[in-house]
Amino acid sequence: MINSLDPRIAREKINEDNTIAPLTEMDNWETYEVFHQKKRGEQHEHVGIVHAPNNEMALLFGKEQYGRRGISVNIWVVKTSNVFASDYDDADIFETVPDKQYREAGGYKVMEMINKYKKENKGL
Amino acid sequence: MYGNAYIDPNEKPLSILDGEDPIKLAEFEARIDRGEKIEPKDWMPKEYRKQLIRMIEQHAHSEIIGALPEGTWITRAPGFKRKLALMAKVQDEVGHAQLLYSAAETLGKSREAMINDLITGKSKYSNVFNYPALTWADSCVIAWLIDAGAIINQVANAKGSYGPYGRALDRICTEESFHLKYGHHNVVTLATGTPFQRQMVQEALTRWWPPIMHFFGPSDKISNHTTILMKWKVKMATNDDMRQQFLNMYVPKIWDLGLVLPDANLKKNEETKLWEYTEPDWDEFKRVINGGGPCNAERLAVRRMAEEKGRWVRAALLNKSEKYVTPLA
Repeated sequence: MINSLDPRIAREKINEDNTIAPLTEMDNWETYEVFHQKKRGEQHEHVGIVHAPNNEMALLFGKEQYGRRGISVNIWVVKTSNVFASDYDDADIFETVPDKQYREAGGYKVMEMINKYKKENKGL
Repeated sequence: MYGNAYIDPNEKPLSILDGEDPIKLAEFEARIDRGEKIEPKDWMPKEYRKQLIRMIEQHAHSEIIGALPEGTWITRAPGFKRKLALMAKVQDEVGHAQLLYSAAETLGKSREAMINDLITGKSKYSNVFNYPALTWADSCVIAWLIDAGAIINQVANAKGSYGPYGRALDRICTEESFHLKYGHHNVVTLATGTPFQRQMVQEALTRWWPPIMHFFGPSDKISNHTTILMKWKVKMATNDDMRQQFLNMYVPKIWDLGLVLPDANLKKNEETKLWEYTEPDWDEFKRVINGGGPCNAERLAVRRMAEEKGRWVRAALLNKSEKYVTPLA
């Protein structure tokens, strides 16, 4: 019998050689991705995961795990298995984006043309 | 709260790079050289994955088990404010275990498998938690100096190459800054209090000094293994470097309080700028980490009880049609 210094443990009267059946898969449930919002109107930010048996418990664990410091106003949880994500191996699908200057304001430069025009037509 | 990952010196040396694709390995090492982070689904050498799982898992177990010696004094904390703070600290440690288990899970080991390896004694955890917190003052010394050591280790490892571990450690270090201040405040309160309080904290410090010196682990043998782990930014500093950093930061603060450390040889060599000390008893360290310490059996028995008592609750809440999916990052 363990004679613990911790009264909470001493009163459990545990044997040192207690053995238990191993935990089986899903004993700790599945995972939820947690998104945290610091201020109303700001975007929710992904902060990590919790293991939980359902949405409500995931919110509770998410609050304890990611909302016990600083200011929070809101938290989202989503089952990891419900997140449909692109594959990092397919990151080349974004590759041409920086080339598409016609989508950017910076892709439309006119000062050079204007200055050239003014110079050529000086005195007219 | 954590020291360094313990690698059994008798473990068979591995042919670390056996069977690795040389082109992928070169790309991987180039990424690390450029300071990029390795993320969960990326290619990584088998040894990198194995060592990280071991390290993060040991770290997670240390947080869970570390809650026990400190938790010993929750019911008898001196006053309401101290009790609230200690409960908050212990909750943090358990929360840190959750963050770390999550990071290890991204490498492909399930949380259940990690817990099973903890409660059967297969996985290690930080050796200091195999010692008892005999008095309230012991819990104060733990909160100050063990957390100080842990922060040194964690700040170094946060710059490591595995993204999820680094991010977990950043969060942990932010939260632990209060632990350190809380611990210091407690120790200073006792050291500047009544003669009885002062004696209490001195005795606790004397008891905890050998485990604290053990905290960062034995001197690293310079081996191919260590060299590769440092090159891959799995290990960020040698055990001796971290011990020196700890001594340099905290011995003066301890001496400031007029407290005495039980090592007559402890002094800073002003020429080398390094601390000199009596070599810690590494046989004692090995004896304790392999199960022979005063609290090893209790720590694991308590975890087994906790798992067993919670089992029916977890089973009742389980929706059996659900399947486990590895978390994203």
